[in-house]
Amino acid sequence: MTTTDPAAPARRTNRRTARPSLPPYRRKRWPLVLGYAALIVVAAIYIYPFLIQIATSFKTDPDSTANPLSLIPHPFTTAGFRRLAEVDYGRWFLNTVFVSVCITVARVFFDSLAGYALARLQFRGRTVVFASVIAVMAVPGVVLLIPKFLVLNTLGIYDTYTAMIVPLMVDAAGVFIMKQFFDSIPVSIEEAARIDGAGVFRTFWSVVLPMARPALITLTILSFQGSWNELPHMIVARQSPELNTLTTGVASLVSGQLGSGNQYPLKLGAALIMTIPVAVVFFVFQRYFVRGAGEGAVKG
Amino acid sequence: MSTRGGIRGREHVAGWLFVAPVLVVLGLFLVAPILMALWVSVSDWTGQGSPLSSSVGFVGGRNYARLLTGPGLTQADFMTSIRNNFYFVLFTVPLQTVLALGLALVVNGRRLKGKGFFRTAYYFPSVTSSVAISVVFLFLFSSSGVVNALLSAVGLSGPQWFADPRGLFQVILGGLGMNTDTPPALLTDHAFGGLTLWDWLAGPSVAMCAIIALVVWTTAGTFMLMFLAALQDVPVEIEEAAEMDGANSWQRLRRITIPMLRPTLFLVLTLGLIGTWQIFDQIYIMSQGSPGKTTLTPAFLSYQSSFVNQDWGQGAAIAFILFVIIVVLTLLQRWLLRERDGRSGLRYRIGIALSLLGNRAGGAR
Repeated sequence: MTTTDPAAPARRTNRRTARPSLPPYRRKRWPLVLGYAALIVVAAIYIYPFLIQIATSFKTDPDSTANPLSLIPHPFTTAGFRRLAEVDYGRWFLNTVFVSVCITVARVFFDSLAGYALARLQFRGRTVVFASVIAVMAVPGVVLLIPKFLVLNTLGIYDTYTAMIVPLMVDAAGVFIMKQFFDSIPVSIEEAARIDGAGVFRTFWSVVLPMARPALITLTILSFQGSWNELPHMIVARQSPELNTLTTGVASLVSGQLGSGNQYPLKLGAALIMTIPVAVVFFVFQRYFVRGAGEGAVKG
Repeated sequence: MSTRGGIRGREHVAGWLFVAPVLVVLGLFLVAPILMALWVSVSDWTGQGSPLSSSVGFVGGRNYARLLTGPGLTQADFMTSIRNNFYFVLFTVPLQTVLALGLALVVNGRRLKGKGFFRTAYYFPSVTSSVAISVVFLFLFSSSGVVNALLSAVGLSGPQWFADPRGLFQVILGGLGMNTDTPPALLTDHAFGGLTLWDWLAGPSVAMCAIIALVVWTTAGTFMLMFLAALQDVPVEIEEAAEMDGANSWQRLRRITIPMLRPTLFLVLTLGLIGTWQIFDQIYIMSQGSPGKTTLTPAFLSYQSSFVNQDWGQGAAIAFILFVIIVVLTLLQRWLLRERDGRSGLRYRIGIALSLLGNRAGGAR
């Protein structure tokens, strides 16, 4: 922002003399030019690492360290990707797909069920339940690492898909999001359905959920992205190599458990492939991400 | 709404059925773990068998005492991790906030074309995996990597980023001509919590600086979106009126925009504080606490004590101390936000923000 400041005095004098005859957008040129310059420099800092990543994953090991800045692999090779198959990358990928899909489906369903109950259904203890959900949101995930392992181990499900999936099937923030959404939509339609004799679940399933589409999409995307990228939970919920997800698998590549030397093309290729699904979801549903992070209040 | 008893009764049952899955899972994997870890943190469990079996002894506050009052390696490691995380927070939170605010202000420019492109470019890293991004930054900051290649292009020789334990302040002092191999006795003779003053005042290590760069780069996009949303609530008329009255852009920023952004600014700062105290992923991938323990953080130390050193009581105790730090920060945030802003939209925003940050460990977790 400070980059636009030097131009400010100049603009002010310019504006005083020129304002009567010029339309407003002609008044300020310098701030706009400087603004663009700053944005483009920063954008380069944001985009270049990804371009480097793509280029390097097609390089040879020596080329990657000799010409780190080059965006053109010389020679071009897919050896890094072929080596990924040897380290069981396909298995990690399928594990991640399976785990993320299970978590996402369950999360969207359970969170909206609970959110709906907390927003609409009159039952004794509702206030206490809602207060607990709020309290739970304050519990920092990272301090639960060891505690979660202790419970998974005691329950005898440590190192199973169950341990990887079930603890993440519900999240308090998602319940909160859904409750806030249901609070914001009018109650009249579902009341009509219920007076017509539809049961509570039926009303929820066939009347309320279809209306909640925007919030459901937001929650689906956030849950998918979150579970696809989940590292700490997958570290403490399992140890077998067969149960590696992409995050733990790639982490083991990097920390050298599965290879030696720099092997940057291999590692960057591994990181590249795991980024693609989330990137696709991001570019397709971008406005839902943006809504999620920024706008927050669903205004409709 | 009908007041017939049948519907009420049905709602009562349905209500509990609807919240049951959430309560069971949260109870089993959130409340129970906390209680169990509380027990382990005052026990001598070694990881063999069940921590609830009768052979596990109660040791009172011994695990906490070893961490907080020492003396010994345990205390020194813990204090080192607190120091490292403190410097990480001290640099990351202001930098990411300023960068996010700056980007939001420029991207929000009324006459700017290509807003969508810039917004996407800055936000994209926030949604990608912390693991993938960490791998990219390991390459960028490797000794023959991109950053050092760029530095050498302008005649500088970059450090061996992830092998350099020197503190930033010590590097600066060294650059100013001070002999950092023999620091003043005043600083080396006095120790607190197992660390000398010289160590406490070292600043983030060179390796930690690379991680700070990564986290600032990644999280600024999310916070930029929060600022952008808030900027959209600033009425254009006020800005224009101020412009008519001859306020320059700096004055408008200082007197109008920033005050109106205050609740969001506050939210971003506290979310930043909460998130950065939990950094784990990036440390796990990039440095595992090395070089010279200068990237050790409480979250990683807790993991390492338990899973690597099998000292579970120790690990659980560290987790609880970290828990207290973060809960205090969270309560502070909630209390202050309640004072400052009663808008219902904001709580919703916090919910989403928390879930987004929950999705990413580190700073954002």
